[in-house]
Amino acid sequence: MSKIKQILPTEISDQEIVDGVSKGDSKAINRIYKSYFPSISRMIVNNNGSEDEAKDIFQEAVMVLYDKITQQKFELSSKLGTFLYAVSRRLWLKQLTRKGSVASTADISDFEDLLRVEDDLERHDEIEQRFDHMNIALSQLGEPCQTLLKDFYIANMSMQDIRDKFGYTNTDNAKTQKYKCLQRLKKIFFNSSLEK
Amino acid sequence: MSGMQRHDFINWADQYLRGELSTEDAVAFENFCKTEPTYAELFEQHRSFVQNLQKTELRNAFQQSLIAEGNAFQSERKNTATTKVASLWSKLQINAGVAAAVALVSVFSTLWITGYFTNIKKANTDYSALRREMNSVKKNVTEQNKAIQNINNDKNKNNAAIHFGATGFMLTRDGYVVTNYHVINGADSIHLQNVKGQAYRAQIVYTDAQKDIAILHIDDTSFKNLKNIPYTFKKQSSELGEDIFTLGFPRDEAVYGQGYLSSNTGYAGDTIAYQISIPVNPGNSGGPVLDNQGNIIGIISGKQKGIDGAAFAIKTKELVETLNKIPADSLKGNIFLNNKNTLSTLPRTEQIKKLQDYIYIVKVF
Repeated sequence: MSKIKQILPTEISDQEIVDGVSKGDSKAINRIYKSYFPSISRMIVNNNGSEDEAKDIFQEAVMVLYDKITQQKFELSSKLGTFLYAVSRRLWLKQLTRKGSVASTADISDFEDLLRVEDDLERHDEIEQRFDHMNIALSQLGEPCQTLLKDFYIANMSMQDIRDKFGYTNTDNAKTQKYKCLQRLKKIFFNSSLEK
Repeated sequence: MSGMQRHDFINWADQYLRGELSTEDAVAFENFCKTEPTYAELFEQHRSFVQNLQKTELRNAFQQSLIAEGNAFQSERKNTATTKVASLWSKLQINAGVAAAVALVSVFSTLWITGYFTNIKKANTDYSALRREMNSVKKNVTEQNKAIQNINNDKNKNNAAIHFGATGFMLTRDGYVVTNYHVINGADSIHLQNVKGQAYRAQIVYTDAQKDIAILHIDDTSFKNLKNIPYTFKKQSSELGEDIFTLGFPRDEAVYGQGYLSSNTGYAGDTIAYQISIPVNPGNSGGPVLDNQGNIIGIISGKQKGIDGAAFAIKTKELVETLNKIPADSLKGNIFLNNKNTLSTLPRTEQIKKLQDYIYIVKVF
């Protein structure tokens, strides 16, 4: 029975995909690609887009979905496919307006949006800025602090492992080092946000 | 609040956040935060910052795997696109083959049923006939004679044992018979069969390929001399429009044919022959052409393909010339042509009755 399940294309519900995305499950990403990318890619290619542009737009749309899922209590108000399609279309329209070639895309701008995704997109922009802020701070931090902090806070490595990996004489030294790195990151992060 | 204290507190907080503290220590940490509001504030700040960091990294990781998935998907799609076509072909190969076979069979059977191929064949033979005619204009008399359609090859279809069948008629009552050279050309043996069904072996006495004339002699012990020949031979040229008739063997029964003399020359202006307008068929070759008075004026030799009513008969004058050329030692006594006509006053049916005893089927083996 389990073998048959593996062979047959498994029908994954939207909710399962949402759960998978919130955990960063690669199977969910694969499923999203297979189910929704072809139609969105067609829509973009048919409207003066290339395959690569379609890929970029689609990935951004998935990131919008990701932010929506991870930031708030997410509730599916529509089909996942409809949401991704609407977001992709809005994103692509924006990009076309930036390019200044809306005239030739009357066929997608004419129609009313399937979903109101403007709010989602605005929130997404905000979130993205915040994350960019952190990413910039991290990149300015430099090594070995960046790796050390990631190992401790993200990978949840123990202080002993970190001591061994970075060659500190004892865990206390490692702890001190970690604290100093964190303080530096905070300083960069808050200073740059103050500047803004 | 010294730097060391701060440092220790953050470590403590990290341990608390990672759940590394025992329940007692965790309670102690929470209590410490409650009693020390400045530390509580510090803890909140630290916790949200670490969370921010973690979320950023999770998001980065997600984005990375999304991009990786996108690349994998794109290349996979390219592969499946090509394999789809290939697998489609391998699946439908047999179907395509069967379809092609059915198409071929139906095309050719339709062509065959509608007679397309026989039409082609016909067109081709018509074409070759035309070519032959054009070539024959340049050829000499012999070749012209050969170019004239042979009308003697019908019998080989009816009887496989007989190669050719044609007509011949008596020159003298003692067994000299004339027919066409093309009838007996290349013959192994020749048999003459009269209208009663009696057959006699015959030998070739003399042939003239140019005039298409052959003189035979019945060389059979069972043969008895006939009564005097009823017809005479007219050496002078006959007039255009003269009524003429013939008796021949286009089939095993004698067939009467009637018509008129239509031209003083034969095929392609050949002066040794007349053009006559009598329906003739393969097997009529060698038959006599007589006028109303029962004079032999010619010997049927052929007809032109594709032209209605254009048959040819070799003039009697040519026959007489041929007879005169025969060397004396090849003859058993001279050939004296009959000069007493017993047909001239008889009606046509009586003429034929008298005539048919002197006309033979020539069977060439």
